[in-house]
This record gives sequence, structure tokens and C-alpha cells, in this order.
Amino acid sequence: MNSAEIIKLKKLACKARSGAIIGTYNAKSGHPGGSLSAADIFTYLYFKEMNVDSSDPKNPDRDRFVLSKGHACPSLYAVLAMKGYFPFDELKSLRHVGAMLQGHPDMKGTPGIDMSSGSLGQGVSAACGMAAAGKLDGKSYRVYTVLGDGECEEGQVWESAMFASHYKLDNLCYIIDYNGLQIDGNVEDVAGLNKLKEKFEAFGFGTVEINGHDFNELEAAFNQARSCKDKPFAIIAKTVKGKGVSFMENQAGWHGVAPNDEQYKQAMAELDAQMSELEKEEA
Amino acid sequence: MAEIINKATRESFGMALCELGKTNKNIVALDADLSGSTKTAMFQKAFPDRFFNCGIAEGNMISVAAGLAACGKIPFAASFAMFATGRAYEQIRNSVAYPGLNVKIAGSHAGISVGEDGATHQCCEDIALMKTLPGMTIINPADHWEMLEAVKASVEYNGPVYLRLGRLAVDSFNDPDNYSFTLGKGITLHEGSDITVIATGIVVKDALEAVLELEAQGISARLINIHTIKPIDEDIIVKAAKETGRIVTVEEHSVIGGLGDSVSDVTSRLCPVKVTKIGIQDRFGYSGPAKELLKLFGLSKENIAKVVSDIVKAEK
Repeated sequence: MNSAEIIKLKKLACKARSGAIIGTYNAKSGHPGGSLSAADIFTYLYFKEMNVDSSDPKNPDRDRFVLSKGHACPSLYAVLAMKGYFPFDELKSLRHVGAMLQGHPDMKGTPGIDMSSGSLGQGVSAACGMAAAGKLDGKSYRVYTVLGDGECEEGQVWESAMFASHYKLDNLCYIIDYNGLQIDGNVEDVAGLNKLKEKFEAFGFGTVEINGHDFNELEAAFNQARSCKDKPFAIIAKTVKGKGVSFMENQAGWHGVAPNDEQYKQAMAELDAQMSELEKEEA
Repeated sequence: MAEIINKATRESFGMALCELGKTNKNIVALDADLSGSTKTAMFQKAFPDRFFNCGIAEGNMISVAAGLAACGKIPFAASFAMFATGRAYEQIRNSVAYPGLNVKIAGSHAGISVGEDGATHQCCEDIALMKTLPGMTIINPADHWEMLEAVKASVEYNGPVYLRLGRLAVDSFNDPDNYSFTLGKGITLHEGSDITVIATGIVVKDALEAVLELEAQGISARLINIHTIKPIDEDIIVKAAKETGRIVTVEEHSVIGGLGDSVSDVTSRLCPVKVTKIGIQDRFGYSGPAKELLKLFGLSKENIAKVVSDIVKAEK
């Protein structure tokens, strides 16, 4: 990627982060921490990697995305909005009664959402089913699923990993948003994952570990995933929980708490400043 | 009289799935290491590419089925009723029922007629669990012919379905030439005016023998077969309540959350009558031959006849 392309992606990711802050602030609830850590991954997927078209959201040949860590949906919604699935303003009514954007992804009500998710461990399995269906139909679409590192404590993640590898689902890519924190604290303190990369390798996956905020590394990782044959691929993306908002970074406390008025103003000011910097760089 | 076929409904399920799979290429089957028992092995043999053994991992199986359904497949995910609906309850709720995906869950070895395996495998709560899920259709076929039609109806219907299968070989009583299955509609198997027996699943035949015996004793008992427990046929129940008053329900399931509760719900809202529930009375089963257990738990024609006759005599 050239630097202009990278700046473009960075700007989109910055706006996705603003969307997550706007959404959780207006909802007075939600999960900013994980939304911010995964924002670059969502941005790369929708603006660079995936073959999707917001004017034809149900196209049977499209690539699929399942947000297995469904609680990180605020920034995903922002990315979908920027991609044209619905107006960005919808984020202001996130989690409100009667609103389209639910607290966790709802495939029936939200265009662009391929699978309802939120109960951890289940989205990855659904992604396996989608990949299996693609193989069965001889279609060339790919399936992507983002899961949390804490989520890897769910046994179902490993059930799905066995399935994906047994059925040689090389059209399937797991992206682990490895931000190191979960509700109760450090993942390593709560129920340590130990050697996650080796675990996925032992389960028959191709793997790579990257900085999940670096678009060049994301590009290389997704290229590697696509060229990996006869087995599924896992990208372990090391990220910073709360990335982009100084006082939220690396704080487990920001897993599921919305910013108050003061914090909202500060967060938006920081993100606006980052956007101005990127615009300067662009010019 | 039609030929009597002695077959477990799981076997009929396997046959139907294979037959329908020939013309409908979207049908796929999943199992969790019990394909020989649930009879999805028959489908695997016929269509190996469309069969997914998920290993002993029911939760993953259900969510995988959801993913397949989201891509246009018609997945039948089978396991024992205990594990399909119990172990994987939350996957069914969140991956299947909430998005309303077209997944068919086949729970085999339901009820106490699993027999010798004992309480851990005797699921008498599956209907109750599935009934709580918005949008879930529940079908509990009574014999071979009904199962064939139920599988067909499940394929034709777009949405989540729980299909209950039995382990025990049972005699058929329906006549395929005069049988028609409509999802959500009960079937009056025998007319009667003193009392109504409403039964579901493999014990319908025992209930039929009981009402025939009662007729010989001068008691006119109506018999209704409810194959679709949800959505339930309110009309046929209300009509029976109005015309015969008393109702006795018969099911190989807990009396909590099963057919008896569904019938009571209808009558209490629309036509209150006394409802007596024959079924598993809030307890676990135990090991033993299936037929002996059914008798011990009151699911025999003798006990059904006795309960009905006692009610009619006491209130005459």
C-alpha cells in the first residue's frame, strides 16, 4: 500500500472510532474498549479486503463477516455506515428503543450484518457454517470472523477450530483482537491463554501474529491468509484496548462503560485532533 | 386396515431425509458422533458431501448449522434430544431462534424410552426448553407415516423447527392412504363425547388402544393426536373442551412445560375445563427396558384407560 492509501484507511478508522464514541455516549452504555481496539481491523476488512457491496447486501457471492465478539459492534456499525449500508446518524440512536442498531449485531434488522452474534463463541461456529456452505456450492467467497482474546476462553471457539480444520476451510479467516483485557481484568490473570498462536497451530490453522493497528501488517496478514491452502487461517492481531482515546487505552474498566459528558468531549477532541493530523499529512 | 410398520421414528426420519435429499440439494445434515443412532448416517451414505460430522461438540454443531442456513442451506442438526436441546440450548436460542434461521433440530432418543442408558440420557424436558423460544416450531410425530410427513413439512416450512425422534420401535397406526399432515393442526383419531384424550408422540398409539378399550366399556372418549406442539391447534382443543368437558393429556415428557401445559394454557384462556396430565411427574427416570419404563411411568394403555375411566366415573 502507498502512504496515501494508508492515510485514507487511517482516516476511516479514526471516523469509526468517533462513531463508537458517539454511539456509546448517546446510548449511555455499550462497549467502547473493544470497539476501539478492533476499529482498524474492521476498516481494513470493509475498505480493502472484502468483496461486498452495500447496494446489494444479500448478494450470495459476497464475502461474509461475522463479529463473534458482538459487543464490539459500535465501531463495526460506523464502518458499515461509512460503507453506505445506512446513515452514519443511526449511531446516535444505538441501543435506543425501536432503533435499528441493537446492542449486539442483529442480522434481521441491520443491513450489512451477516450473522446475529453477541453470545461469545457462537459467531466463529456460524462463520464455519458459512465457509462450509461456500465450499459446498463451489463459490469463491471468503468468510471472516473477528473474535476476542477473552472469547478464546469459550470452549466453543475450540470446537469451531476443530471443525474448521477438519473440513479444511481455507476460505475462512479468524482474526483475534488480542487486546489483552477482559471485563474482570488482564486476560492472563483471569484465565490465561498462554500460547495462543501455538494453540491455533496445534488445531491445524495457518497463523500469523501482527500489530492489529498497522495497515501494512494487516495487508500482509490477509494476503498470507488468502494464499494458505487446505486449512483455515488465524490472524492474531495484537491491539490496544481503547486505542485512540488516551484515557481509555489499556484500561479494562472501559470494556463496557459509556463515556459521560466530560469524557465524551475529551474523547471526541482527541479523535478530531487525530483526524486533523491525518488531513495535514494527506495534504 | 393399513399395513402395520414396526419402526422407530428415528429410522423413519433417516429414510425421509434421504428421500427428500434426492430432490432438494439444499438439504444438509449434521451430527455429533451419533449418526448411527439418529439415523443421519443414512443421509451421509447417500450424500457424503452434504453431511458434516461435528464430533462430540453439539454447541458448535448448532451454530455451524446456523451459518449454513444463513447461506441458503436447509440443515438438519441431529443428536440425542438431551444434548441437542439441553447442551446446545443457548446456541439454539441465540444462533438459530433469535435470527429465525432455517435450521431443523432433530432430537432423538427423547423421553424415558431411551431405556437402559438411564436418567442422564432420558430427556423429558426438550419440549419445554424449545417451547420457550420465540418462533420455534415443535413437532413430535407419533409413528412412521407421521414422521415421513413431518420431515417433509419441516423442509417446506422456512424457519426453525425442533423435531422429536424416538429410539424405540413402535407400531404404526396411521393409514398412509388416508393420512394428511398439516403443520399446526391436530388430528381427531377417534370421536367421543364423555371426555377427550389429547396425546403426542409415540404414546398416541397407547392412547388409541385405551380409548378403544374404553368404548367397549361404554365410555365415549375422544382422541386427538397433537403432532405440532407449537404452534398448537387451539381450535381443536377448545372444541373438545366445549363438547366433552374434561381433558386428559398423554405425553412421554415432563408434565411441566410439555403438551399438558400447552393444552391447559389454551383451556384456561379460552374454555376452562379440568385437565389431567399423564406424563413424567417432575422426576428423573432410571435404567430399564423401554417398555417396562413406559409402563412404570404410567404411559401404558392400561393406565391411560384407568385414569380416564376414573375421571368419568367420579364425575358421572
